[in-house]
Amino acid sequence: MPTIVVEVMPKAELLDPAGKAVAGALARLGHTEFANVRIGKRFELTVEGPITEATLAAARTIAEEMLSNQVIEDVISVHEAPASGASA
Amino acid sequence: MRVGVITFPGSLDDRDAQRAIRLAGAEPVALWHGEHDLKKVDAIVLPGGFSYGDYLRCGAIASHSPIMAEVVDAANKGMPVLGICNGFQMLVEAHLLPGGLIRNDHGRFVRRDQMIRVENNRTDWTNKFDESEEIVIPLKNGEGGYIADKATLDRLEGDGLVTFRYLGVNPNGSLNDIAGISNERGNVVGLMPHPEHAVERGFGPNTADAMRSGIDGLRIFTSMIAKVLA
Repeated sequence: MPTIVVEVMPKAELLDPAGKAVAGALARLGHTEFANVRIGKRFELTVEGPITEATLAAARTIAEEMLSNQVIEDVISVHEAPASGASA
Repeated sequence: MRVGVITFPGSLDDRDAQRAIRLAGAEPVALWHGEHDLKKVDAIVLPGGFSYGDYLRCGAIASHSPIMAEVVDAANKGMPVLGICNGFQMLVEAHLLPGGLIRNDHGRFVRRDQMIRVENNRTDWTNKFDESEEIVIPLKNGEGGYIADKATLDRLEGDGLVTFRYLGVNPNGSLNDIAGISNERGNVVGLMPHPEHAVERGFGPNTADAMRSGIDGLRIFTSMIAKVLA
């Protein structure tokens, strides 16, 4: 099924306690090559029929108004998933 | 007078809020998230809990419930609306209050009897307190860190919209130690601590007077009753 991917991240200037906890665990495991971890969200919206400019526009709208909270998060990307991608 | 308490899927403290309203002297009215009927109530409480399992963001899915359209409408017409904890999260997601609430900065759930200061005693929910009165009510949350951009914080501080502020150690990383805020009209108030758990001797926070004797939360509800009856 055609799929639109929406990616949302906590705003860069805000503390991400969940990411910080993962970063701490990585450091304890000896993975000192990673300085920081931030955790975001990926939404996969499957579409009946082909993806059109209208469905992409609708996805952008809900990404801004429902899937993210603009006070604390940024929408990083709204794009069509490659047909042969892992999520297909 | 009738005060509605809305139950959402995952609400926990709806019956505690109903009990607090009864102890304060009003009639609690159970409201259901999936309906559009406010049942002629005079005020509304959005209770604490974990609506929709905190999926998406705390309070986000509940803020789009059918009844929330009526809540937003009533709030904009001046009806007193209180959001406690998850209810506060719903109020910011519904844009009735500014800012947002994120995971506690230390990453852990916190539960404690929390001292807070009443910064504004002119709201519909705080008119029975003295200005700058220090009170103790329980706090229990995992995502109670209040945040807003600098312009919003400056406006909240400048216009007296910070209703409650944490005293002592900041329990969750909230900016400016903010525990609760109101809209400009003062009818919509949201706070993370739980006044409904400090309304009856024997069941509240400890005080110097006696164990479990704290009832500082009761005046949140009697304030609203005084406002409606005024």
